Amino acid sequence: MTHDLPLWGEITVTVFLIVAGLFALVGSIGLVKLPDPITRLHAPTKATTLGVGGVLIASMVYVFATEGRVSMHELLITLFLLLTAPISALFIAKVHLHLRETPDTLPEAPDSVGWAGYAADGPARGVREVPPPEPGTTSTSI
Amino acid sequence: MLSRFLPHPLLSLTLVVAWMLLVNQITVNSLVFAVILGLVIPVITRPYWPDMPRLRHPFRAIEYVFVVLYDIVKANIEVALIVLFKPNRDLRPAWITVPLDVRSPEAITMLAGTITLTPGTVSCDLAANGHAVLIHALHAPDPDVVRDTIKQRYERRLKEIFA
Repeated sequence: MTHDLPLWGEITVTVFLIVAGLFALVGSIGLVKLPDPITRLHAPTKATTLGVGGVLIASMVYVFATEGRVSMHELLITLFLLLTAPISALFIAKVHLHLRETPDTLPEAPDSVGWAGYAADGPARGVREVPPPEPGTTSTSI
Repeated sequence: MLSRFLPHPLLSLTLVVAWMLLVNQITVNSLVFAVILGLVIPVITRPYWPDMPRLRHPFRAIEYVFVVLYDIVKANIEVALIVLFKPNRDLRPAWITVPLDVRSPEAITMLAGTITLTPGTVSCDLAANGHAVLIHALHAPDPDVVRDTIKQRYERRLKEIFA
């Protein structure tokens, strides 16, 4: 069934959808226009966050205007987006560091310890070689 | 006694709220189930967080969330303007090293995530001893300004939040 949307609701929802669409479009344009992978990474991590955010606000306003209740799903979606966006960005950045850059093309890390991504034998977690625990004992040193 | 049945009050609260948001309506049924989840999951997952982070100022954390949300909106507009109106040859991308004063892994994670979400910067790597982050800026004619903004606006607040 269709709900009737009051005029104020119609205007607000439209405004948010248009703004969100514009930002998503700009994010995609940036993906095409910017010169290399690491700068391209900037466009989708930011512009798209606000694009999706706008759609979610429009959705909340729509539910409130038609059914008169506050829908909270959207807040959860926003939260998960904000949690996951930096992680995928970091993964793409790491790939770029390994394929297109060397430690020489990057600024020096302080104390000249190097960056964790290049220090395969260094203290970074997960890459250090840990001897297999003795059978029957539990290893606690990581 | 409390620590045995409620080892991580903040996690329990988060689980209850997240479940209520998922169900999307407030009824006694869903509230009871949310409380059960909030009690059982922290007890079962206890071995996975041997040293749990402590918040010194939970209310500062709320202030931090709003500062970051505001900056995300600002960052979006700035990046959109750069993408649309700045020719590629005028772009000044830069690698910037930000020395860290915060030491707890949770605070560094929060800072790195914030840097990625806010004005024209993506955090790319951590120094091998964890004392600095490497970030990439889309357009930074003056890298020192970017570094100082990050340290003053975000790191100072995180240092107050995490004990």
